[in-house]
Amino acid sequence: MHLQPLLDVLRRERGTQVFFVLLLIVAVGVPLLHAALPASSPLHISTYTMTLIGKYLTYALLAISVDLVWGYCGILSLGHAAFFALGGYAMGMYLMRQIGPRGVYGHPILPDFMVFLNWKELPWFWYGFDMFWFAALMVVLVPGLLAFVFGWFAFRSRVTGVYLSIITQALTFALMLAFFRNDMGFGGNNGLTDFKEILGFDINASGTRIGLFIASAVFLALGYLACRYITSSRAGRVVQAVRDAESRTRFLGYRVESYKLWVWVFSAVLAGIAGALYVPQVGIINPSEFQPINSIEVVIWVAVGGRGTLYGAVAGAVLVNYAKTYFTAALPEYWLYALGTLFVLVTLFLPRGVVGLVDQARDALAKRRASTPALPTADSTLSSAQRSP
Amino acid sequence: MPASIQLICRLSLLLLLAIPIAAQAQSDDLFVERLELLTANNFKQKEQAVAGLLNLRHPNTKAVLQALLDGRLYYERASKRVVIRAAEDAFSVADAVTLTPIPDASEDAFSRITTNNQLRKNLRGAIAAFELDSPDARVRLTAVREMLRSLDEDTVALLRERVEQERDDEVRAAMTSGIALFDLDNEDAGVRLAAVERLRGSLNSDVYNRLRALIERDDDGNPVEPDPEVRAVAIDVVNGIETRRAFYGSLETLFFGLSLGSVLVLAAIGLAITFGVMGVINMAHGELIMLGAYTTYVMQLLLPDHIGAAVLLAIPAAFIVSGATGVLIERGIVRFLYGRPLETLLATFGVSLVLQQLVRDIFTANNRPVETPAWMAGSLQINEVFSITLNRAYVVIFTLLVFGLLLALLSKTTLGLKVRAVAQNRNMARAMGVRTEWVDAMTFGLGAGIAGVAGVALSQLTNVGPNLGQQYIIDSFMVVVFGGVGNLWGTLIGGMSLGVVNKLLEPYAGAVLAKIFVLVALILFIQRRPRGLFPQKGRAAEA
Repeated sequence: MHLQPLLDVLRRERGTQVFFVLLLIVAVGVPLLHAALPASSPLHISTYTMTLIGKYLTYALLAISVDLVWGYCGILSLGHAAFFALGGYAMGMYLMRQIGPRGVYGHPILPDFMVFLNWKELPWFWYGFDMFWFAALMVVLVPGLLAFVFGWFAFRSRVTGVYLSIITQALTFALMLAFFRNDMGFGGNNGLTDFKEILGFDINASGTRIGLFIASAVFLALGYLACRYITSSRAGRVVQAVRDAESRTRFLGYRVESYKLWVWVFSAVLAGIAGALYVPQVGIINPSEFQPINSIEVVIWVAVGGRGTLYGAVAGAVLVNYAKTYFTAALPEYWLYALGTLFVLVTLFLPRGVVGLVDQARDALAKRRASTPALPTADSTLSSAQRSP
Repeated sequence: MPASIQLICRLSLLLLLAIPIAAQAQSDDLFVERLELLTANNFKQKEQAVAGLLNLRHPNTKAVLQALLDGRLYYERASKRVVIRAAEDAFSVADAVTLTPIPDASEDAFSRITTNNQLRKNLRGAIAAFELDSPDARVRLTAVREMLRSLDEDTVALLRERVEQERDDEVRAAMTSGIALFDLDNEDAGVRLAAVERLRGSLNSDVYNRLRALIERDDDGNPVEPDPEVRAVAIDVVNGIETRRAFYGSLETLFFGLSLGSVLVLAAIGLAITFGVMGVINMAHGELIMLGAYTTYVMQLLLPDHIGAAVLLAIPAAFIVSGATGVLIERGIVRFLYGRPLETLLATFGVSLVLQQLVRDIFTANNRPVETPAWMAGSLQINEVFSITLNRAYVVIFTLLVFGLLLALLSKTTLGLKVRAVAQNRNMARAMGVRTEWVDAMTFGLGAGIAGVAGVALSQLTNVGPNLGQQYIIDSFMVVVFGGVGNLWGTLIGGMSLGVVNKLLEPYAGAVLAKIFVLVALILFIQRRPRGLFPQKGRAAEA
């Protein structure tokens, strides 16, 4: 492993440093404020708020997985929520099996919805999900495998641009229709819910929630590092070359399809992990997670934050979701107006997102202040991100 | 002598006149007698009474039987006089023989003549026999169908008698198959054989079920039909019928497929213009369709007494509403994003969210009822197993009309010429003096307007609600991508074949699974042919 480029970036890139500092503060501070302070204290963070922030962290992980393929490889996926939901379903199946005989119908093995459907035995694809290691493996394998098969077909036959976007959307749409069916064996319309415990801990207990929260933060940090490692590596530069001039890269002798495929699969796996962390915190997974609009929302998080930066994706995910939480509570009827306007305004006026805005402001300030020309702070990834399709 | 001759003549004339009168009187007596039998407490006797009344051919028989069937036949308990109650709520009765109203009849003095299932069945058959005299072929056909439900010696005899004089082909065919069905139970194998032969090619489901039963084996494993020759012919005939039924069944599937396909084409064709000709992804396309559907609803609110006219007027209105919205989107957003298709996609998606919420705020989130005009309701019955629902047929025709108009517009008019020029080479077109900005706005408006027109058609087929557009947007994209971008013929063929394939799969896989199969097949298809069925050729394809 050549870690040197990664370390260079970490040392140099202000956004990444800010991201890690903030993440550390959140990952330590939130559980501390939740557990150490009494509920009466004004600084106390309730289980609800902590779970909410934990949800944002999983969204952030999903956002960087989208940013990796869109911002760095130029593949606009309108179906990434499908990988997220598949990871979530794998985790949900584990949690379902953990309920054991404590379901409403009290069947020792079958989950409630199967008893309700009058099924006599567990379908084969539910085997093994009573073991955590198997479920964890599936969280990685199922989205990864689907992405591999899909990407292998798509990239090899050079489906690109909006065509690829549309078939990713068709993919998640088809999966949504499939998971809505009762006889698929994934709980149909209602999905999987009523979870009791995870790894032996009560899923609603405050301590478990803290654990899940910290796990989300840790996986976000690891995912970020992995993505940053990829983007700062030699292969990562080829990936960016594919984004900027696919044919030229191919003519230079690089196997464009392979680079795209591996970035794509890795991104899908990240999305699956995000989904697996999301489900135990939210307590439910159902087919509406496959809705095409969910995937498009993820794209808008990345666009709002600023794509091709990773930390911008995180910022966008948190900002948009905070706005969503606020709006749906305070002005529910205006949320879609706000989101729709956000789509339009960001694409028209903020092609580099909030991060780009911050950079511009900082550059303007620096220009005004500095009499001597400062060293260029923006790294190559940032400047090339402006040229992305 | 003249006087005596005159007398004889007068007498004989009198006699001549008197005979029918006497006959009438005699028949009236018998009629009363048999009517009285109806008042018996025993259904067997009532059945005999009905049979007797039928033999009599008295002019009032039909009225009496109809009243009996409707439960309007009463009798005075004291005199056993049978009366017919008028259909009104108040109790007023008329004598069954003379049909003269009986004044001041009290309901307490009368009892209703009750019927049972068997009797009602007989009555329906008997009344149907009367209706065979109707001059209207449709009434006769209904009568024959009614009789087929309860065949016995008498009705079949009547049918045999009538089939000779029947002029209408359809009625005669129904009669023949009725007689043949009855003959299937005949002792004589020759008669049965002839009957089976006569049923060859019939599409009636009673006939089909009856013949199927004939070639089955009963519980002991013996064939239902003992005669091997009859059995062989019956098997042959059943096979023939099954082939014909399958043929019409597949015709019906084809029609359903074409109707679904034309909906897809209608929804996609506007997209084919904006996406195909301009290279712009308009995710708000579905919402423009929705606007068209709501325009229909508003037109019907404005013209509540002229539902049909409102639907027709809604076509231009929807074109204008959606078209204007489209021009606004193009001028306000899309024109800043040309050459950046992915950004266009996101921005127009934002527009679609705003439009959805707007409609939800104005019309609430509930589905709005759009009425179907009378001339679009109902169906066209081709034969007993194949019928065409009129509203779907209209949509198919309407789609072809819109398609033809659009094709003519693009190939015959100056605007079409400019649109094609800009699509092929924007810079060159501008150099030749084409106002490309204006052409862009018009093209986008045209695509959007057609989406609105599609909305009018869809409002006749599905629920009109804020999510109407979302249901069609992915399908529309699939159609455009499948057919090949920038090719209207590709859209037509792509849409129609997707519709037909979907409906072909449905009986085997169910609606949802069929849709999934089609989507997966399409995903695989795009991998094989990334540029669709009819890819653009030449330099334009490289852009």
